Amino acid sequence: MANMRKTKNPMPSQEPLVRAHNFDEVALGYTEAMALDEAQRCLNCKSFPCVQGCPVNIRIPQFIAKIREGDFEGAYQVISADSALPAVCGRVCPQESQCEKYCVRGIKGEPVGIGRLERFVADYHNAHAAEGAAEPAKNGHKVAVVGSGPAGLTCAGDLARKGYDVTVYEALHVAGGVLSYGIPEFRLPKAIVKREIEGLERMGVKFLTNMVIGRVLSIQELMQEEGFEAVFIGSGAGLPKFMNIPGENLKGVYSANEFLTRVNLMKAYEPDANTPIQHAKHVTVVGGGNVAMDAARCALRLGAESVTIVYRRSLEELPARREEVEHAMEEGIVFKLLNNPVELIGDENRNVVKMRCIRMELGEPDASGRRRPIEVPGSEFELDTDCVIMALGTSPNPLIKSTTEGLDTQRWGGIITDEDGLTTCEGVYAGGDAVTGAATVILAMGAGKKAAAAMDRYIQGK
Amino acid sequence: MYRIIKKESLNPSVTRMSIAAPLVAKKVQPGQFIILRVEENGERIPLTVAGYDRAAGTVDIIFQIVGATTEKLNHKEQGETIPDFVGPLGKPTETEGLKRVAVIGGGVGCAIAFPVAKKLFAQGCEVDAVAGFRNKDLVILEDEFRANSTTFLPVSDDGSWGEKGLVTDALKKLIDSGRAYDEVIAIGPLIMMKFVCRLTKEYGIKTVVSMNPIMIDGTGMCGCCRLTVDGKMKFACVDGPDFDGHLVDFDEAMARCAAYKPFEAKAREAACNLFSQEVK
Repeated sequence: MANMRKTKNPMPSQEPLVRAHNFDEVALGYTEAMALDEAQRCLNCKSFPCVQGCPVNIRIPQFIAKIREGDFEGAYQVISADSALPAVCGRVCPQESQCEKYCVRGIKGEPVGIGRLERFVADYHNAHAAEGAAEPAKNGHKVAVVGSGPAGLTCAGDLARKGYDVTVYEALHVAGGVLSYGIPEFRLPKAIVKREIEGLERMGVKFLTNMVIGRVLSIQELMQEEGFEAVFIGSGAGLPKFMNIPGENLKGVYSANEFLTRVNLMKAYEPDANTPIQHAKHVTVVGGGNVAMDAARCALRLGAESVTIVYRRSLEELPARREEVEHAMEEGIVFKLLNNPVELIGDENRNVVKMRCIRMELGEPDASGRRRPIEVPGSEFELDTDCVIMALGTSPNPLIKSTTEGLDTQRWGGIITDEDGLTTCEGVYAGGDAVTGAATVILAMGAGKKAAAAMDRYIQGK
Repeated sequence: MYRIIKKESLNPSVTRMSIAAPLVAKKVQPGQFIILRVEENGERIPLTVAGYDRAAGTVDIIFQIVGATTEKLNHKEQGETIPDFVGPLGKPTETEGLKRVAVIGGGVGCAIAFPVAKKLFAQGCEVDAVAGFRNKDLVILEDEFRANSTTFLPVSDDGSWGEKGLVTDALKKLIDSGRAYDEVIAIGPLIMMKFVCRLTKEYGIKTVVSMNPIMIDGTGMCGCCRLTVDGKMKFACVDGPDFDGHLVDFDEAMARCAAYKPFEAKAREAACNLFSQEVK
């Protein structure tokens, strides 16, 4: 008999006022008892609508059934058949707009805590399982993956399981892409990312760091000289977007990419770090996505007295995961919604000291379906700030496009692909932010998975 | 890991190293840069390449010891390794079709100006090279410049080497003497490049400068290296590092470069203390 309680088991977390001063993981994870109880809330319904909400179609009712039986490792095996990164997705997926959005239990109460259960299962596996499966038998075909973020790791994992000899090229000095440089330690511990990558290495995947494809080697060279039969481009987000308002090059103004890279990749929060970061008093973050929340919460943990998020729409339109917004609010981050910066003002030494904003109101829905923010004339006001972080998204890196003949891109730079991820170059596939522009980890994983299947069909059909 | 094949002190604060990096050496062109780390958890620093040997698979870097990372790099000896050395990054200096060029190097900027002069000279271009240093003790690459230029003009602030004066004085003399240039290429401190550009603008001579702003990833991701060029935001790592000097906002670039000065000074002191303790 299912547990018909209307609410999820709450996630045990560090106390807001404690965690606001450390970089340790915020959410602590379910205990076995909590997981067993939460699993009882699943009705195991015949139509399993949750699965259609998952970009990689994890067989959700099946894994939850295994939890109910107390077979946690079995549950992990169900998830890992469809997802290369369960411990990552259980932490960073926007479940409320995916699997949990479609959960029948969500109609009269809260949906089943699918994400929390996924995380529990992955952490159980990581704590108890023996070191990974053996290297699959090789099929004699070589493929290359450009970029080691979620799209690249998923693609590499799927192809390695099928027996391909996979080499992953990473531009930075560590693998993981946005999982390493972007998402902070307190939301996704780097030890988890490292473990996932080591799992792929045990399957025979080779990781080459410091390899900027487009410069060190071109896509053509990978295929013609290095002998790869197909290439997957998962080069991710590129250059940060700015607002094109006065003052954006003042000192103290960061892109979220720079701020987060300094903190996460270069560990600027550690006292003996070699890479500096500004320890500002009054930080203002512009934007409303997960990246904005991450930047704001990092700034708080670096010791800021106040951190304010300025976003031009209202709470309802905030694109960040709900849990991140709630966590940010609990930690004391101030949300100035329906406001937009119009100018950054500096002192005589070109340090930013003020942000000039204008109030907004919501008009008719725009192309994205969200109500369009409109400036309220004469409503300008100033905020004191000594650090501004622009979290407005990115446009794809031009490097691969400019060095790959015949690779067509959208006007804004995204690589053009068909449904399977095939680009306009034979044997060259792409997926993730390089194709879609800034999106989520799980969408990138879905694209990597689709492309891996298509690359397999392409090579086997040759 | 990348091995230091050769290490040579060019003056008390400037060192040349040849690093084994065959993939970088295969493609690198004058004007491009590399990013290196000296140790695990170390910072990433960009250095424009000072030379390369494609056959030997080595890339030369010349660096001035200014901060903690260059201090630590300078403590590495021939035969030792560094964990990361990535490149070639940025766009090469455009040299095609140039017939008469003045190449201006200031201080350690000469290290970057030299391979450009060498490439131009090798392709049959007339190269007037102007090298400026504060004094004769800081001079680097004199013989190399002499061997790869049509005319070589050394200048120093105190007159202890070549003519007393600034590179702009020497360049002005050359132009006034009737030398006509397709282009001036100026590489050195921001303040020097700013004044070279002010001069050449008066004469209407196209001038290219090599910008070296603070970078983190250097691959077109973080946006830290942004500059204003012709009123637009440009990124030195993917749009540069070479830009039309008449369009660069140098005052802004100078302010941005100084953003971490206090931290750098402290970090270098800490690194120096660390090394002096080791010696004890």
